[in-house]
Amino acid sequence: MPEDLNWAIGGEAGDGIDSTGKIFAQALSRAGRHVFTSKDFASRIRGGYTAYKVRTSVDRVESVVDRLDILIALTERTIDENMDELHEGSVIIYDGERSTMQDVEVPDGMIGLSVPLQRLAEDAGGAIMANVVALGAACEVAQFPIENLDESLNKRFGDKGEAIVENNKEAARLGQQHVQEEYDHDFDYDIETTDEDYVLLNGDEAIGMGAIAAGCRFYSGYPITPATDVMEYMTGRVEQYGGKVVQAEDELSAINMALGAARAGARAMTATSGPGIDLMTETFGLVATTETPLVICDVMRSGPSTGMPTKQEQGDLNMTLYGGHGEIPRFVVAPTSVSECFWKTVEAFNYAEKYQTPVYLVSDLALAVTEQTFPPEVFDMDEVEIDRGKVVDEDEVDSWLDERGRFQAHFPSADGVSPRAFPGTTDGAHMTTGLEHDELGRRTEEEAVRLEQVEKRQRKVETAKEQEEWDYREFGDSEADTLVISWGSNEGAMREALGFLEERGHDVRFISVPYIFPRPDLSAEIEAADDVIVVECNATGQFADVIEHDVLERVQRVNKYNGVRFKADELATEIENTLTGADAGATEVEAE
Amino acid sequence: MSSDVRFTDFKSDKQPTWCPGCGDFGTMNGMMKALAETGNDPDNTFVVAGIGCSGKIGTYMHSYALHGVHGRALPVGIGVKLANPNLEVMVAGGDGDGYSIGAGHFVHAVRRNVDMSYVVMDNRIYGLTKGQASPTSRQDFETSTTPEGPQMPPVNPLALALASGATFIAQSFSSDAQRHAEIIQKAVEHDGFGFVNTYSPCVTFNDVDTYDYFRDSIVDLDEEDHDPHDREAAKQKILEGDKEYMGVIYQDDDSVPWEKREGIDQDMSDIPDGAPEDAMDLVREFY
Ligand SMILES: Cc1ncc(C[n+]2csc(CCOP(=O)(O)OP(=O)(O)O)c2C)c(N)n1
Ligand code: SF4
Repeated sequence: MPEDLNWAIGGEAGDGIDSTGKIFAQALSRAGRHVFTSKDFASRIRGGYTAYKVRTSVDRVESVVDRLDILIALTERTIDENMDELHEGSVIIYDGERSTMQDVEVPDGMIGLSVPLQRLAEDAGGAIMANVVALGAACEVAQFPIENLDESLNKRFGDKGEAIVENNKEAARLGQQHVQEEYDHDFDYDIETTDEDYVLLNGDEAIGMGAIAAGCRFYSGYPITPATDVMEYMTGRVEQYGGKVVQAEDELSAINMALGAARAGARAMTATSGPGIDLMTETFGLVATTETPLVICDVMRSGPSTGMPTKQEQGDLNMTLYGGHGEIPRFVVAPTSVSECFWKTVEAFNYAEKYQTPVYLVSDLALAVTEQTFPPEVFDMDEVEIDRGKVVDEDEVDSWLDERGRFQAHFPSADGVSPRAFPGTTDGAHMTTGLEHDELGRRTEEEAVRLEQVEKRQRKVETAKEQEEWDYREFGDSEADTLVISWGSNEGAMREALGFLEERGHDVRFISVPYIFPRPDLSAEIEAADDVIVVECNATGQFADVIEHDVLERVQRVNKYNGVRFKADELATEIENTLTGADAGATEVEAE
Repeated sequence: MSSDVRFTDFKSDKQPTWCPGCGDFGTMNGMMKALAETGNDPDNTFVVAGIGCSGKIGTYMHSYALHGVHGRALPVGIGVKLANPNLEVMVAGGDGDGYSIGAGHFVHAVRRNVDMSYVVMDNRIYGLTKGQASPTSRQDFETSTTPEGPQMPPVNPLALALASGATFIAQSFSSDAQRHAEIIQKAVEHDGFGFVNTYSPCVTFNDVDTYDYFRDSIVDLDEEDHDPHDREAAKQKILEGDKEYMGVIYQDDDSVPWEKREGIDQDMSDIPDGAPEDAMDLVREFY
């Protein structure tokens, strides 16, 4: 008997696949088993094949595998779609009495259990409970005590009334009995339960929970797959803490509202996916240049354009790293697992406020739709720290006024971070603009001030590089000659792949990187390895490019950014200085 | 700050770079007067500006202020107000900013009816980009990019507001200092989204919609015996579209701002040092 069981329910979108799968996953989780779920779905609401898959084990499970042990097939197509994963001994539960399922042919070597799902559901009180009958049947196959379903049925149907819950419990039991009585087969599966009580959540929910824990009070967004769950999770919950979720008219509005809220002093966030990031990019520069703390979450899906909205990809890395005209200081943080979605969100808010910059929180579809079990202590709320950075109150504001009593919201301090006065603070009134501005926030095109402000904003990044730990997570054999690097949701699959590789005689060192910018310096690790492989879900290797770039040291730079083009004599001097090492910095006009 | 705030307290020490004679001077003065008259001071006021000559207003005023990107000032204002309902929020921009690139936001800001004011400095031209047609330009108004005129009817901003469910619609003229300040004051005092379309002539690029033109054609609603609470009367005046009205055209006294209906009354800048005390309940929901 394998250690992990792989179960799925599949049918047409609209068949209640998701909620049925979730009931089963929750039951397993509460019975002390680890769960990892995944979804196959198409971008449509009704019709079209869809499936909810559950992998479960007593040990932690981090990824999906190519094996299906029990399949509830609500349509014939479900069997075809999963043929590659079914194997000898796989159990297929289907309703042979349904007209559309009468011709189902159970492939050789597999066990077909025809269970009259609809009829038994009607016996229990309504055909609508057919899926729950199937769940009961699956429990019998897996020797999973049926009582475990009860609590999740309560949770799912509780607000519909006691009678509905009881009917569902009955439906499950009818399914179980049917298999017990009609099939005297000794199935290969026996699901062990433990005393652990896990929580089960997906990446989007973890991000929403992280945001609330971190004190986020304002969320504005525009629905888009696969980011909508973040908004749905926060709706109604943020309000309990005096905050608000606002559905804006589009992403342009969403990010601008969040910007406004952040300027008013709220911890604010917006979440979207690729097409929405494109729209938000216009305002992204404004957020950065006005030095407004804002968390912008990109839950990536397949692009470009509307691409494949319900499919996985990690194709927006370049966009989040480089998107926007001009040069924009930013942080890019990318959680590598569902639980990290929580913790990295908390960090993102702190970076945003400590450094007064926009922070891209980059997640992906695989993390967003995957539900995974965790011991609740993984989300220990006492560990959550909130650092609001250099906020000045009425008493401190004085020390940031210039000689004429004006608040210097963009004061070019040594660490690049300026004081922040929330509106309402006496004597703190100041303006801020997307135009280049001076330390008071007033528009300027003066070369010296331009240099000062560009450098000031850049300096925050340097400060953050020094002050924060941009570390990585490491797995496998730290001495191995082969180094694999990945980012985002690949961590889970890669961790498990290490085991397979070891069986096949390959020792591998695996580094999973949650920080894209700033990021850990991996030169030493790369130097120490013979083969370096970067794993990512995209065609061009965007992260590989970045990593390669980090270990190159061939190019010297001459830069100019005061708003004036190069002059020939000046350029000659600069190049000469670069060659002789006299002044290897950028072309600067000294600020007076 | 104390109650003896004067309107000049809302002036910054930056000298406006508007062309001499630009209508925006008068528009801004009226905004500052209205803010002072309504008992606000720079430290509790947040002015959001769009892009255009009009959008420069945030720079010349003194308060908490943000000068954003083209067309998107309204959502910023909404965000500010929702995050701190104690602030007085005023948004300003041009006709291009508000009715072209920002038209979508305008419609939705009107619908949302958050308690703030919105002043559009309508000069029927793009000033800052040196004289192209704007959404309120006349059909036959010839410009560098529309040599035959735009050849489509101008946007009627008042109608757009009315159709979107506005609770306060007014129009004013920047050079009638007294009336202009008065009208903006009413918009500020209104419980909800106070929208004022202000004729603010561009003396450099628009030789049709001039001071003289407005002075000659403007009709003061105060002299017309118009009841702004009569939606039907307002509708008629707005849709006739053949007169340049000045004054409050429509006001719903029963308007309740969106944030009030949503129960938003806290300053959201106030958060604890760590996760909320009951945060573990958020985790337990996932059992
Ligand atoms: C995204 C974007 N597109 C175009 C511009 C260029 N632009 C600046 S102001 C303006 C028009 C402003 O017209 P209006 O709102 O009528 O203001 P006015 O200058 O007449 O006061 C345009 C198109 C811009 N700044 N941003
Ligand atoms: S170009 Fe027109 S709108 Fe702009 S400042 Fe000059 S007069 Fe005013």
